[in-house]
Amino acid sequence: MTAHTSAKTPAGGSGRSSAALTVRGSATGTALAAAGFLLVAGLAPYVLYPVFLMKVLCFALFACAFNLLIGYAGLLSFGHAAFFGGAAYIAAHTVKEWGWSPELGLLAATVVAAGLGLVFGLLAIRRQGIYFAMITLALSQMVFFLALQLPFTHGEDGIQAVPRGLLFGLFDLSQPLTMYYTVLAIFVGGFAIIWRTVHSPFGQVLKAIRENEPRAVSLGYRTERYKLLAFVLSASLAGLAGGTKAIVFQLASLTDVTWQMSGEVVLMTLLGGMGTLFGPVVGAALVVTLESYLAATSLPVPVVIGCIFVVCVLLFRRGIIGELLARMPKRGG
Amino acid sequence: MFSLLGVPSQVLFGQLLLGLINGSFYALLSLGLAVIFGMLNVVNMAHGALYMVGAFVAWLLLTYAGVGYWGALVLAPIAVGLVGLVLERTMLRRLYKVDHLYGLLLTFGLALIFEGAFRHQYGVSGQPYPIPDLLKGGQNLGFMFLPNYRGWVIVASLVVCFGTWFAIERTKLGAYLRAATENPTLVQAFGINVPVMVSLTYGFGVALAGLAGVLAAPIYQVSPLMGSNLIIIVFAVVVIGGMGSIMGAIVTGLGLGLLEGLTKVFYPEASNIVVFVIMAIVLLIKPAGLFGRER
Amino acid sequence: MRSLLLAGTALLTLAGTAVQANAQVSDNVVRIGVLNDRSGIYADLAGEGSAIAARMAAEEFGNKVAGAPIEIIVADHQNKADIAASKAREWVDTGGVDAIADVPNSAAALAVQGITKDKKRIFLMSGPGATALSGAQCSPYGFQWTYDNYAMAAGTGRALVEQGKKKWFFVTADYAFGQSLEEETTKMVKSLGGTVAGAVRHPLGTSDFSSFLLQAQGSGADVIGLANAGGDTVNAVKQAAEFGITQAGQSLAGLLMFISDVHALGLQAAQGLMFTEGFYWDMDDQTREWSKKFEEKSGRKPTMVQAGVYSAVKHYLKSVEAAKTDDSDKVAAKMRELPVEDMFARKGKVAANGRMFHDMYLVQVKTPAESKGAWDYYKIVKTIPADTAFMDPKQSGCTLVK
Repeated sequence: MTAHTSAKTPAGGSGRSSAALTVRGSATGTALAAAGFLLVAGLAPYVLYPVFLMKVLCFALFACAFNLLIGYAGLLSFGHAAFFGGAAYIAAHTVKEWGWSPELGLLAATVVAAGLGLVFGLLAIRRQGIYFAMITLALSQMVFFLALQLPFTHGEDGIQAVPRGLLFGLFDLSQPLTMYYTVLAIFVGGFAIIWRTVHSPFGQVLKAIRENEPRAVSLGYRTERYKLLAFVLSASLAGLAGGTKAIVFQLASLTDVTWQMSGEVVLMTLLGGMGTLFGPVVGAALVVTLESYLAATSLPVPVVIGCIFVVCVLLFRRGIIGELLARMPKRGG
Repeated sequence: MFSLLGVPSQVLFGQLLLGLINGSFYALLSLGLAVIFGMLNVVNMAHGALYMVGAFVAWLLLTYAGVGYWGALVLAPIAVGLVGLVLERTMLRRLYKVDHLYGLLLTFGLALIFEGAFRHQYGVSGQPYPIPDLLKGGQNLGFMFLPNYRGWVIVASLVVCFGTWFAIERTKLGAYLRAATENPTLVQAFGINVPVMVSLTYGFGVALAGLAGVLAAPIYQVSPLMGSNLIIIVFAVVVIGGMGSIMGAIVTGLGLGLLEGLTKVFYPEASNIVVFVIMAIVLLIKPAGLFGRER
Repeated sequence: MRSLLLAGTALLTLAGTAVQANAQVSDNVVRIGVLNDRSGIYADLAGEGSAIAARMAAEEFGNKVAGAPIEIIVADHQNKADIAASKAREWVDTGGVDAIADVPNSAAALAVQGITKDKKRIFLMSGPGATALSGAQCSPYGFQWTYDNYAMAAGTGRALVEQGKKKWFFVTADYAFGQSLEEETTKMVKSLGGTVAGAVRHPLGTSDFSSFLLQAQGSGADVIGLANAGGDTVNAVKQAAEFGITQAGQSLAGLLMFISDVHALGLQAAQGLMFTEGFYWDMDDQTREWSKKFEEKSGRKPTMVQAGVYSAVKHYLKSVEAAKTDDSDKVAAKMRELPVEDMFARKGKVAANGRMFHDMYLVQVKTPAESKGAWDYYKIVKTIPADTAFMDPKQSGCTLVK
């Protein structure tokens, strides 16, 4: 299975679905939020530093992909860095060494991440909950060792000076704004796929599995397949995010495959709100801002991040967006 | 002397013995994880950090209080155990009613705080900790030179591991503990204070990590990062052994140490990865782990 | 006279504007960003100490150069190449930074090298050791100041073989960096008639070295070369002491070590260890005086990386003063033209590839009995003259060398 088939599934499902269109009143709210987001994101590079914004978008897509698993399928993967960082290496290598165009590099990154996701998924979905988390963690550690030792990754140096190139042979990505809008388009595309997935019958089955897997099984769903598909989709999108980051920063390094990175994406999602569409975006923006702000202070970054983690888990398990939604008056049930 | 696949037997014995030493660290750490998991259903991501704290407490005792190795061997695990008690009482306790994953996330955050704080305070190149005078020097075993201290590590951790196993599987207190794991409400109804027992279990589990830290201090550098790499391997050990099984944790820990030792002879490049490969194979054949029960 | 000087700089395109240049400093501040690891594995050998060293250099100029104030800013790259890259970009794009200093961690430094090359900013590398930084990835604006992996590995290899320790065994970290250390040393050892008895590759981040050391011991080599760094080296040295390897007559050579590693190990474990250093605080009155001032501010003696930051920043400021501008092309030309003369480097010079040539030192760690106090760690066995310490620029693969 490749990213191709997995990415198609939600779209294929939508043809015969009415569920997606009847998702209660929240659909208008989401549409409004999406329009607001696009407006802000479209104008942002004129106010804020574009490279910073691109970083936020890459991590936001990564967190959204992760959220698809934890928020909608109830699977906590502690190894998503393997897809993110692994794909970054693939994108950097294909573009730099093989001279591929950025779009092909990103496609290759996504496909490889999907393949990795399939392998991880086949091994991990046999167990649930904590076991699942630990198995994904251990598997991603294997990817880390591979990334350290395979010759094409250049060990500690990473792959450097990756050319941004011409997108579709037309758009010069070395222009900051062109790069920015490309990243924005990739993010919006990825986000749309997640949105469609969540609101398709497939997404509904996932939620059913999250709430009560035995019941979903007794209703005749082959839950393992659904979970595997969700896992592969999540891995592919995480890969897309990682590949994009490699193009933006023109490098791929070990940082993105460490287990600390897996932890960071959990934090982003948790902070923003698991199982909310926009939560991971907010969480990613906050964490990235925090990291770049703290870099210039004398506060130890890991301690601050750790404290946020603890406070979130103890007091705001719904995350920022989750808390907001919970406090808003309910409309239309 | 004979040889196996071109490796002389004395090298082989030497490596197996060294593997056993590493295995006893794995066993001590995975034992603590297994005890905590069995009782609290929490994957203690802070285990590696608390192992590091154990080593640091030993170093602090030596540097600022003049308490030597043998004192630290008792005091450091107690200190780490107390830290564990506080963490359980103030934080972990509030998460038992929600998804177990939050326990994992909380302890992950705690691990970041501990490591970050020690790193901030003491830097990362670590602190030296001398081998106690009593255990300096070593024995020539014919096939290798075994430092006395390493021999002591094997003995100490085996005693602690099997002592713990005995206490849990063969004593009355252990029976309560196991019963409380199965059905806390019922055990509570028998008049046993389950919450206190849970706190003590967590305290004991992390005290084992603290003890491993003290044992490790003279061998490795006492550094804030010493736990974070080790702990991932220990997680894999626990997954292979099957969570919640005490004997499983001990046997798997020792066994994987030996296996790693062998890998270091035949294919050293793979010695960090072999544990994960075994894990993948075990998961394919027996998803619950070698000694685990399907839940 | 002035036009002659400019011709010497060979910057013909800018010559026109330079003629009228008179203390032209962009936005009226000379801003130097010290970008390094302030919380991770390089925090002890670089970290805040590097920032202190940079400030000390600025203070010697009265915090003013070419009529403009000097500003030193710092940031933590957390050992992540992407954070280093985005911080460097941000500094250059929006922060008005004229030069970036230090940047340990090769991945981070290579990323910053790319950016400073693109954006024409001076890059004063003290922390990173990758030879590519003054080789295939060299830049007209990048200066590798303190050491590089070649100097560390080849210097130690040469010096030990010349002492008659000809049979080597390597304990190598199994990734690009460790392998290149092993390769450079092997080349040097073999070219001088030495032999390599074997090598064992260990994964990065190994905590237990006993089995590798046992193999090294069994090989009967004169020298065990540790082709690894940081925590790996420290653990290997500590465990070698435990297994009595040096007492049994084999020498232990670190191919990349810093005084902070020795400090962490303690003399008991580190005694007898040999390696190459770019700087030692107790060399002469000048180094002692500077290091004393440094220790008052930081609480530690400086590492070579920190001393190197001081020297590089000072040389940069000297060049700004001489060029009367912070224009990168002119400053870079001045930096190559002026000799480097301070407490860190005597008669140092910057080669076309950006490599600063200065003497290196083969040191041996003292025994606890020899050491007379805190930080009294090294015996200087041999001074390695600048021209043999570093790789010939012609062989570096840098396209700037003609």
